[in-house]
Amino acid sequence: MMILVLLLCCVSSAAPQESHHEHGGGHNATGIAIVSFKWHHVESPYLVAVWILVCFFGKLLIEANHKITNYIPESALLICFGFILGGIVWGADKVQTFKLTPTVFFFYLLPPIMLDTGYSMPNKLFFTNLGAILIHAVIGTVWNAATLGLSLWGCHQGGAMGNIEIGLLQYLLYGSLMAAVDPVAVIAVFEQVHVNEVLFILVFGESLLNDGVTVVLFNVFDAFVSLGGGAIDAKEIIKGIVSFFVVAFGGSLLGFVFGLLMSLLSRCTKNVQIIEPGFIFVLGYLSYLTAEMLSLSSILSVVFCGICCQKYMNSNMNENSIQTVRYAMKVFANGSETMIFVFLGISAIDKAIWVWNTGFILLTLLFILIYRFIGVFILTWMLNRYRLVPISFVDQIIMGYGGLRGAVAYGLAVNLNESKIKEKNLMVCTTLLVVYFTVILQGVTMKPLVQWLKVKRAEIAEITLIEKVQNKVFDHMLIAIEDISGQIGDNYMRNKWRNFEEKWMSRLLLKPSARKQQDHLYNVFHQLNLQDAMEYVKEGERRGSLEFIRNESAFVDFKKKLGEDYEEAMPDIMADMANDQGGASALRRDVLPTVSLEMHEQNMRGLREAEGINAHHLLDQHLYKGRKQHRYRYSRSHLDINQDENEVQEIFQRTMRSRLESFKSGKMGVAPPKTITKHTKREPQTKMPNGKNKPYHSGDEDFEFSEGDSASGYDTSFPTRVTYRAGAGIENPAFMPDLDPSSPLHIPPWLADAGMEVNPVAPSERAQVRTPGYLHRLSSLRTNTRSGETAQDRDLPTPPPHRDDDHL
Amino acid sequence: MGALKSTPDPIEYADLSEKTGYSLKQIRVLHKRFRELSDGDDVLRREHFRCISSLKYNPIRVEIIEAFFNRRNFSPSHQGSADEIGFEEFLVVMSHFRPPSPKITDEQRKNIRREKLQFIFNMHDSDGDGLVTLEDYRHVVEELLSRSGALGKETAKAIADAAMFEVARTVGHKDPNEFYEGITFEHFLKLLSNFDIESRMNIRFLKSDVNPFCQLCC
Repeated sequence: MMILVLLLCCVSSAAPQESHHEHGGGHNATGIAIVSFKWHHVESPYLVAVWILVCFFGKLLIEANHKITNYIPESALLICFGFILGGIVWGADKVQTFKLTPTVFFFYLLPPIMLDTGYSMPNKLFFTNLGAILIHAVIGTVWNAATLGLSLWGCHQGGAMGNIEIGLLQYLLYGSLMAAVDPVAVIAVFEQVHVNEVLFILVFGESLLNDGVTVVLFNVFDAFVSLGGGAIDAKEIIKGIVSFFVVAFGGSLLGFVFGLLMSLLSRCTKNVQIIEPGFIFVLGYLSYLTAEMLSLSSILSVVFCGICCQKYMNSNMNENSIQTVRYAMKVFANGSETMIFVFLGISAIDKAIWVWNTGFILLTLLFILIYRFIGVFILTWMLNRYRLVPISFVDQIIMGYGGLRGAVAYGLAVNLNESKIKEKNLMVCTTLLVVYFTVILQGVTMKPLVQWLKVKRAEIAEITLIEKVQNKVFDHMLIAIEDISGQIGDNYMRNKWRNFEEKWMSRLLLKPSARKQQDHLYNVFHQLNLQDAMEYVKEGERRGSLEFIRNESAFVDFKKKLGEDYEEAMPDIMADMANDQGGASALRRDVLPTVSLEMHEQNMRGLREAEGINAHHLLDQHLYKGRKQHRYRYSRSHLDINQDENEVQEIFQRTMRSRLESFKSGKMGVAPPKTITKHTKREPQTKMPNGKNKPYHSGDEDFEFSEGDSASGYDTSFPTRVTYRAGAGIENPAFMPDLDPSSPLHIPPWLADAGMEVNPVAPSERAQVRTPGYLHRLSSLRTNTRSGETAQDRDLPTPPPHRDDDHL
Repeated sequence: MGALKSTPDPIEYADLSEKTGYSLKQIRVLHKRFRELSDGDDVLRREHFRCISSLKYNPIRVEIIEAFFNRRNFSPSHQGSADEIGFEEFLVVMSHFRPPSPKITDEQRKNIRREKLQFIFNMHDSDGDGLVTLEDYRHVVEELLSRSGALGKETAKAIADAAMFEVARTVGHKDPNEFYEGITFEHFLKLLSNFDIESRMNIRFLKSDVNPFCQLCC
């Protein structure tokens, strides 16, 4: 690491000479050089790459020590790292060759961060608190700018700063660039303290939006300064105010439009899945640049672009693309953030910018702290009169204290025009000091403060399905009560918006297939299922087989009572089943699987497509890890996983055979008598759906193995309700579908009496095992992993015999 | 039961205010709304509720309306459901949604929480036996999903089932052989323990009821 830094310094310091030398060499060359050193040729991209590398290494180094990052936020450490680097470069060059230029910052480093924050914004939370956020962001920022500028000017008039040439307008300009709370710094610090989500969104949302506001404010004042004090009249001021709103809202609107465009586009990118994620980045960046071009607020534009498209993109795009976007977004944002902090540190080590003016610097620090607090208190006091859940005093303190200034302020300060503002260097260095003060000092003390004040922390709870259901019930209930009581409240507006969205936006922006899965409840369900599958497969791997699932004691408890209880508890299902099975005997026999049957049917409809890809992916990862024999083909446009059916089958066979070897002995004792009974029921269906039953192996050495494995209930593609098998437990609906779309669903003529048909010959279990839809094996895991009885149940020796009778 | 006269005098308002915790002004607003809903009548019946146009699209409309007629919501000792309610009952039900005053003791907060949760629990427990059975719960989920047409009843059932598994697990229902009958209120409290209901199940009753969108369309 340090070697790298040194190398970098050498390179940078040696660069001029070397390039010179290289030039000379080039002229004198007479023959063909086999290798030539062309530093000049690659200089700038090389330096950029090395700098990025160094910054990343810095981060690596810092993150390696969790003991330190527990106390000092990463951002502060990165700045310190920047100091060191800057010192080294300074020592080598005697002049600061590298610093954060506004162009680099505003065009390359900032957009990814902003896009990421917009894209991963918790929308509901953001919009519920939008009022408070806007008030803090707009009024609060204006307040900060105005008070800081005016107070400094007042102190100046009072003679606190000695002899400097700064007029009122310049002070206001300075105030406006100082006013913004920096989202980068805020996230960096608040991410580590985990305050409650309302507080977080208030601080964070404010910092995000007020960046836009500051830039606008800065531009307005900048224009005023250029005009000069005398030329400003009422008209100009009004124009300034109007432009403020136009710029801010125009930027947001532009972002919104880009977001919609993006969502529309994502409807039809199915065929170019590989570059699908790229659209987000390119369009997001374009929205930033377009806003910049139209002199609208580019920050607001890109943030709103992210906010608008996230929902639609996430449901339109393929699961892989979503993951890609998420990760790539984080890579860019986190990388930029790292670079920003490091460069903030590096920029400090430069003699040229340091101009010391005790009065100016200390007063600035004092005022931004004081006015931030005053502003927060006044605004929240006003807001609390209208808020249902008032913001507590403790939260207000944290909000005030969370007013970290950051790179945006620095970027703007560097942007100042030296010909108009004589004291630019003073301003830049004060800004840097303020940034260091807030990020390092306040950042470090934030955590102890939060602990000391006992700020309500965020609960890190896993989402349970029931909570999700309750949440939903809740929302609807509040809306209903508002309707009944005739109030127009927040819920009312939200409801209107949701109706509108459901009616128009979704139709326009979502793929038809994605629209189906819009429901939140459904999503949680989906997540849980996926999680189960992972656990399940992992468990299987741990044990070396998926055999454990056949342990049928892993039933859902509430289903587990005797048939009589069922009739009481679930008359509707019993009725259903009675219809289906046409008889009490059938009912008796299938008493247990009620849930699985119900689930089974539903998966025939909605879930198939949804789960297909995920589950495929999942299984590719988990089931065949040991025997990955994928034929990797290079293709730029396709990222195929092995889809050759025969090959997969072959792998499968081999894996299974080897598993069999290890299980054969233990297996025999478990439940041999079941085999026959099961087959009598299963046989007719199991072979049909795949249309490839090859009744050859019956009774051979593969028999037990397949029996054991068959218990997991793979054959689920069959559209009757009789597919239940003993030992399958409650089947997981999500993993039931026959995921092999190529296997046609043959509904055989003898289907009608399929369930009753008794075939004493144990047929080809083999055929089932051969089904390429390897997924089927997952079916029963829901019970096994979710119900929590799993652990004990798996360890139960053999299920009591009477239970077998129950469901056979 | 206890339906008020068509123009309750301030004394009765004061009584109600004491009972439900609403301010006089809020009661006046709500009373006006009540009369609007009931078409000037002294009692509200289910069909009155069904006429609220903005309620039509609410997936859990039926549950909400039933909650107003559920006697258990009037007072814990009552049972069954009423056919019509007077203003007092209306107000009592509404009072479940009253924001608690910011200065209350922990004990009070706990009580408020309990009351609010009891209201929801009653809403789920459609047969009133003090247990939210799987069937009850399925019903709820089904209603919730009824608007997203693509997900049918079957999904709803699957989700309800999965939720019930969770419940059975979280409340520590160990024995797999035992039938888990349903969620009791105690369990319900436990399940939603990190659900800050006392700050969320609130509606501001301050604004007057000038609501142009909320017309009746009987």
